Amino acid sequence: MSALPPYATTGQRVWHYSFRIICGLIFFFLIAPIIVIIPLSFNAQDFFTFTPEMLALDPEGYSTKHYEDFFTNSDWQLALKNSLKIAPVATILSVSFGTLAAIGLSQSHVPFRRAIMAILISPMIVPLIISATGMYFFYSNPYIPTPFGKIDLPFTLTGTYWGVVLAHAALGIPFVIITVTATLVGFDQSLTRAAANMGANPVTTFFKIQMPLILPGVVSGGLFAFITSFDEVVVVLFVGSAGQKTLPWQMFTGLREQISPTILAVATILIAVSVLLLFTLEILRRRSERLRGMSPS
Amino acid sequence: MSDTTTGPVLAADGRPLKASLNRALRRQKLRAMMLIAPLLIFILVSFVMPIADMLFRSVENQIVSDTLPRTTALLPDWDGEGAPDDMIYEALARDLAVAVEAKAHTRLGSRLNYERTGISSLLRKTGRGVDEIGETPQDVLEGVNDIWKDRDAFGRLIGTSEWVDAINAWDGEDSSTRIAPEFNANSSFAEQFPGTTSLYASYVLQSVSEEDNPLGEKPWPILFHVLAQELPSATPPSDVPEELALALREAATALDGVVLDDPRAVFLDIDDDWGDQGVWTTIQTYGPAYTNGYFLNSIDMQKGLDGPEWRPENEQIYIVLFIRTMIMSLTIMGMCVLLGYPIAWLLANLPDRKANMLMILVLLPFWTSLLVRTSAWKVLLQQQGVINDVLVWIGIVADDGRLQLINNQTGTIIAMTHILLPFMILPLYSVMKTIPPSYLRAAKSLGATNWTAFWRVYFPQSVPGIGAGCILVFILSIGYYITPELVGGTKGVFISNRIAYHISSSLNWGLAAALGTILLAVVMLLYWMYDKIVGIDNVKLGG
Repeated sequence: MSALPPYATTGQRVWHYSFRIICGLIFFFLIAPIIVIIPLSFNAQDFFTFTPEMLALDPEGYSTKHYEDFFTNSDWQLALKNSLKIAPVATILSVSFGTLAAIGLSQSHVPFRRAIMAILISPMIVPLIISATGMYFFYSNPYIPTPFGKIDLPFTLTGTYWGVVLAHAALGIPFVIITVTATLVGFDQSLTRAAANMGANPVTTFFKIQMPLILPGVVSGGLFAFITSFDEVVVVLFVGSAGQKTLPWQMFTGLREQISPTILAVATILIAVSVLLLFTLEILRRRSERLRGMSPS
Repeated sequence: MSDTTTGPVLAADGRPLKASLNRALRRQKLRAMMLIAPLLIFILVSFVMPIADMLFRSVENQIVSDTLPRTTALLPDWDGEGAPDDMIYEALARDLAVAVEAKAHTRLGSRLNYERTGISSLLRKTGRGVDEIGETPQDVLEGVNDIWKDRDAFGRLIGTSEWVDAINAWDGEDSSTRIAPEFNANSSFAEQFPGTTSLYASYVLQSVSEEDNPLGEKPWPILFHVLAQELPSATPPSDVPEELALALREAATALDGVVLDDPRAVFLDIDDDWGDQGVWTTIQTYGPAYTNGYFLNSIDMQKGLDGPEWRPENEQIYIVLFIRTMIMSLTIMGMCVLLGYPIAWLLANLPDRKANMLMILVLLPFWTSLLVRTSAWKVLLQQQGVINDVLVWIGIVADDGRLQLINNQTGTIIAMTHILLPFMILPLYSVMKTIPPSYLRAAKSLGATNWTAFWRVYFPQSVPGIGAGCILVFILSIGYYITPELVGGTKGVFISNRIAYHISSSLNWGLAAALGTILLAVVMLLYWMYDKIVGIDNVKLGG
């Protein structure tokens, strides 16, 4: 789709420009709903549309009162605090287990590699509502299945902080596995052999040689896991209780019951967070490519 | 290699080379497995077991046979015609007496109510009246001998003396610090009075679960009823305590001629429905510990007298819902192909710098919180929302004829197409990036028109991308819950919303599990196809 050649016919010209217009409209469809939210969140009224004052760019029509509400309302603050308490711990769990397993999976002789991979990726594929249903049943009454019947465990995970963290860690693992295995494909195994040759033990080799090289993959996997947990609502609705109410949960109930403009302020803040994430990932991707370019092949 | 002997090749340490290599390979495998094991165990516990538990619950039905063990043991022999005979009413009276004490009859009621409306209230009503059974023989016995007023009379009569001592020593302690001794019946008594013994065993279990000493609790009247029934045909055993053996002999003479409560009459007196064949058929049908009833229910069928049958027309909802979920997911998938293909083409054919800039417009929605995007659509699509305002302002729509864009299928399709579009664009883009642009130029220089070149040369090469994107979008969309719930109203919801409803509102967990199992089976089939076409290892995230 480079520039039109000077000999293009009228029909080709018309098609060229109409194709660009169609693409422009689709991009508009993709991005406009997100952009529109931002000015609406500064609405001075409790309306969800542009008031005449806003369209006239009258400063009277704009205010930050919905943001003030978000930062003072105890419900929203509790939800924010819970989200920030759950997501990082779930991320640490998925990243540490996931990275180890990805390194194991990238070795040359792994029995049942395909089956193991399928199991580890499945939390991403199974619909959230099904994971949530299963976790709701099992976490409320965990047991150890044995051939002679089940042994009930004397505790319950539903409605507890650790129940939600466990569930979110499971949901984040596929992302860590995928990103880290992708980074390991370009990893030169002779580097670890060289390190071992020079007398480094496996732990030193891992932290000094392998880890710095696969770090971009690990961090981007971690970001995926973080956003999965931070943005997740179905499982937390089922497994959590009011004490674990997260930001998405609060938004969900707000949207379902009485929709308050504070939601738009929260949405704008979250959009800012995702822009930040997007840039971090882009920087990581470039760094990873540079590092791989440097490694001898 | 000066060694010319014909023996096996040896490694440096003197072992055969083959064995040495095998050992190295084994160690390598072991190390890989040890790295994978923690995560595998973690996923098995936190994810796979819950799914297995859900699958199990979709067929599990132990509540009926657990709550009514005596009745469900007899019911298979009932011919299903009219009302069952007195034996079954008798068994039901005993089961319900135990169930009412454990408050299990209300749970059983809500379970059976899914299959036949009215059973829940019937059981609750019966629970309040069933404890009268046995008061007649109790009064007679207590009049004859004061020993029957002792709370431990039954325990000393039925249990072994070792058990009586043990249970008295335990005396209702917290079961977490000390487990109650197991009930042991006097074997010669149990032989003569099997019904009384089994009922007393249930009584002991119930007292112990409440952390009470069964010997210190008031015995249930129904125990007297069962004892009085078994007394005439039994020879009182000799190895029970002296005074109780005497009391038993006295009781036999005293009860001679006393008319005992007739459970059938009592039940029919509480509610006529107990004479209804349908109620009994329901209990009989759902007696076994495993059932396909939930699955039949989730495809609008039910268990009839002669095998599965369709539910009445006005109760059929699930097949319609499954079909609607499929059709809407296909529509969303089609919209995604339609909108995603031009964008992917543009991104794949623009110079890298421009393409990267435009890629941000695709990745930003992809990274934005699902709830942010859903709330955006909820705000935009309202009747007083931005889209309708703009349409009115342009003049396409009259102010009083604002479009209904939300709380229906249109709302769900628009919002979900927007949410899932990046999942179509990204795989399409990564496939199109690999198609050399020179192929199109070659086709054109050989005389193909623009359309022929695209359709015969470019499009077939992009089909794997379309396949991958379609399966991905379809898998994601048939399991969606949040967006349909918020913008779908009643007509635009999916099967997942019904599952959530059964978990949180109607509490019919078995049905929720069965619906979930069917959905899971569809998704797994598609996942398998995806694996065949694309390979799980090739899943790409964020381009």
